[in-house]
Amino acid sequence: MDSALVLTQIFNGFSLASLYLLAALGLALSFGLMRVINMAHGEMLMLGGYLAYLTLLAVPGPMGILVAMPVAFAGAACMGGVIQIGLVRHLSARPLDTLLATWGVSLILQQAARSLFGAIGVDVTAPAWLDGGFTLAGANVPSSRLFILAVAAAVLAALALVLARTRIGLLVRAVNQDRMMAAATGIDVRRVDLAMFCLGTGIAGLAGVVLALLGPVTPNVGQSYIVPAFLVVVMGGLGSIVGTTVAALLLGLFSALAQIFVDVSVAQVLLLAFVILFIQVRPQGVIASRSRALDA
Amino acid sequence: MISSPKRLPLAVAALLGATAAQGAEPVKVGVLQSLSGTMAISEVTVKNAEIMAIDEINAKGGVMGRRIVAIVEDGASDPATFAQKAGKLIQQQQVATVFGGWTSASRKAMLPVFQRTNNLLWYPVQFEGNECSPNIIYTGAQPNQQIVPALNWAAQKGRKRYFLVGSDYVFPRTANLILKKQIAARKLAVVGEEYVPLGGTDFSAVVAKIRAAKPDIIFSTLNGDSNVSFFKQMAAAGLSSAQIPVMSFSIAEQEAQAMGPQLVKGSYATWNYFQSMPTPANRAFVAAYKKRFGAGAAITDPMVHGYVNVYLWKAAVEKARSFDPTAVRKAAAAMPAIPSPMGPVRLAGNQSLHQRAYVGQLDPAGQFRIISRSDQEIAPNPYDRLAFPGKTCTLN
Repeated sequence: MDSALVLTQIFNGFSLASLYLLAALGLALSFGLMRVINMAHGEMLMLGGYLAYLTLLAVPGPMGILVAMPVAFAGAACMGGVIQIGLVRHLSARPLDTLLATWGVSLILQQAARSLFGAIGVDVTAPAWLDGGFTLAGANVPSSRLFILAVAAAVLAALALVLARTRIGLLVRAVNQDRMMAAATGIDVRRVDLAMFCLGTGIAGLAGVVLALLGPVTPNVGQSYIVPAFLVVVMGGLGSIVGTTVAALLLGLFSALAQIFVDVSVAQVLLLAFVILFIQVRPQGVIASRSRALDA
Repeated sequence: MISSPKRLPLAVAALLGATAAQGAEPVKVGVLQSLSGTMAISEVTVKNAEIMAIDEINAKGGVMGRRIVAIVEDGASDPATFAQKAGKLIQQQQVATVFGGWTSASRKAMLPVFQRTNNLLWYPVQFEGNECSPNIIYTGAQPNQQIVPALNWAAQKGRKRYFLVGSDYVFPRTANLILKKQIAARKLAVVGEEYVPLGGTDFSAVVAKIRAAKPDIIFSTLNGDSNVSFFKQMAAAGLSSAQIPVMSFSIAEQEAQAMGPQLVKGSYATWNYFQSMPTPANRAFVAAYKKRFGAGAAITDPMVHGYVNVYLWKAAVEKARSFDPTAVRKAAAAMPAIPSPMGPVRLAGNQSLHQRAYVGQLDPAGQFRIISRSDQEIAPNPYDRLAFPGKTCTLN
């Protein structure tokens, strides 16, 4: 076998894993904390992509993509806030209804994007400093994919820092462990929920910006990443950030290495089979979540 | 009913005339394309071209002295909707014929409706062949009029190692089946064959495999947005069209324009029509279309086939002296050539078009420079001799 191909695919595995991770973190956060499965999460990626497109129209040039990231984060976080306050909050006791309602939001957002931007995708051109790439030990490393890896690592580090070191992180951990008790000690649980939901959708918005470097932004761009993202969350152990990270790495590498031997479309089937088998062996996921909310 | 006094004499004349000549009553035809959903971007322009042909014919006195009324329906990019709307057009609206369809899935869904009602569909898009029905007139390229000529061209240019990449559905799978047989018969090599789900955006593995396989040319049957991801990720990996050329079968002027021609410039496509064709007939058609739909409008092969279909139907009706679908299709299959933007066109006995294949290379303006054309018109054959041996299309 071609060793350059294997090495390239290992690198691509990490790159895919970083995309999966960025798409899955928000899902993991909102499920872990609120047990909400946000079906409109993919559309937050889409929103981030379109915001990147609009930002680059306003700020062309090499630094446009760096401006686009905070814009997309803020835009997607605001949209997340609207969804949380307008919908999710009122349905918090009924997980199935949340599922259906957010699915509806997802359809509305897709159609809105289609009406606004057209059915065909819009294109975000990578700045010159992200063009090209280099060869490392025979593996081809495009700069744009390296950039995606860096973004994922930075987001993960920042999230870990927020959760471990800040006051809001402390509140989140308290609510995550025992919602009732946290509320009883005077924590404003609803505000913690809102903050985490916004943070999660904001990260998805960031994922949308980096996705736009690889392909067109279309009304259904989120759909192709939402299924792997759900798989990552399920496999990671619901609601665990460490588990989500490990699962994203496992699935990214599995998918990229499987693609050496089979088609991309067959690899997707194998990925699903892999998750099913894994869950059989380890139903609790990579990391068992110790949240009491999940005991019920 | 008629409020304007100016029109009153006309209406009276029409009423008086109607009893004398039944023929003055307009004839209804269906125009069935996706006006919404994911295919709308491609199909709305085909609808425009079909309506333009109908209007032109009406302006010149209609067909057999009767005005054509187009009943436009939206297939909504959904095969089941196409089938239902086809039934509605034929049974409720009593249309004489239907122009429309794009995806093979939509055509396959409509086929039973046209067979049951014994009506006629004029289908304008290139397709994978392996189908032949008396109730459909297939004017888009058959495989031997698009993909095989593309292979002939590449082989003639000394390309020996082929990499096939396609979206995972019926057209690419069938086209690649034919290509593999044809490549093997020419003693050339397929060095890779990859499928990505329709709409898929991750081409990291495909690009890595292309890099490892070092093909002389890539034959792409990718559809839709996947093309953008593919070309973007190829470019990011340092594989430009100059290094490994790509021959595409579903990128036309409109798609090139939407993708940004910079991304795809230098790559190839094979069609039976290009907007850049330098004939007077085509220049006149392009000018008329742009006058009506805007100077920025791109014109593509399926649009011209949709436009030509209306004229072919008119010629067949006039030859049959009847609107009856069976009489029309029999007349259509044995007609002399009619003029068109593509040059004179005529249908073969199997209700498909004799046509030339052209290879074009995309320039930075999103137009194709024609660099090669088949020596003569290619007789349509939906069944490739190597991939489907022994099968032929005989109608009537």
